[in-house]
Amino acid sequence: MSAKDIVVKDRRNPLKIARGLGSSQSGVGHWWSQRVTAAALVLLGVWFVITVLCLLHADYATARAAVAKPWNALLLIAFALTMFWHAVLGLQVVIEDYVHTRWKEVVLLVAIKFLAVLGALASALAVLRIALTP
Amino acid sequence: MADTQRPLSPHLQIYKWQVQMMTSIVHRATGIALAVGSLLVVCGLWNLAAGEDSFNRFKSIIGSPFGTVLLIGWSWALFFHLCNGIRHLIQDAGLGYDIPQFVRSSWLAVAGSIVLTVLVWAYVMTAGGVA
Repeated sequence: MSAKDIVVKDRRNPLKIARGLGSSQSGVGHWWSQRVTAAALVLLGVWFVITVLCLLHADYATARAAVAKPWNALLLIAFALTMFWHAVLGLQVVIEDYVHTRWKEVVLLVAIKFLAVLGALASALAVLRIALTP
Repeated sequence: MADTQRPLSPHLQIYKWQVQMMTSIVHRATGIALAVGSLLVVCGLWNLAAGEDSFNRFKSIIGSPFGTVLLIGWSWALFFHLCNGIRHLIQDAGLGYDIPQFVRSSWLAVAGSIVLTVLVWAYVMTAGGVA
């Protein structure tokens, strides 16, 4: 069936019919967000690993003081938010690829979003508690 | 099971094994493992905020033999996802698509992840272990 036949049938522009179907829902939005968060995580991930290694065997006071430093607190929150964002984008693709029963797919997609938002908020709250309590 | 009636692609055993198949599926697997591992980051920060006792409990759990094995696995997953992720970003820029380059960069990601994991754990073990 060509685009011409569709137009004759329901007299809508082919673009109007295609909108909202398939990848036309969000275009390359998901793909691009995944790449941007990936690029951010290359930097933030390497910084996080080095920071954790520097805190090897640190006692409670030292670890707390390190996290409370403004730059560390800022980058930790940035790392946590980006990490959960990137994780949700990746898990979403895996679920869409392998879960073929629609209701299970939707439940899982919503569940990972709930968990990721909770995780991101909990990380930010924990860092703020450490950074803002003397 | 599937409620759609779409045609299926040939099963995996049809294809000759290539390193790119392995890096592709392991990239997904390590991504899933790291998504679970992200909960460890939250736990760590949460326990550090909660006070000294919680922090020490957290440290003793991740410092136990079982915790150390999990950490080694997670660190390798992180380094593989990092190396192979950089490889994918370079490919997204349109580079490295010749088949020999594609194969070589796959092996490079595997080797890079192993080297980084060994380096990090050599440092941790010479410094006296996790906790």
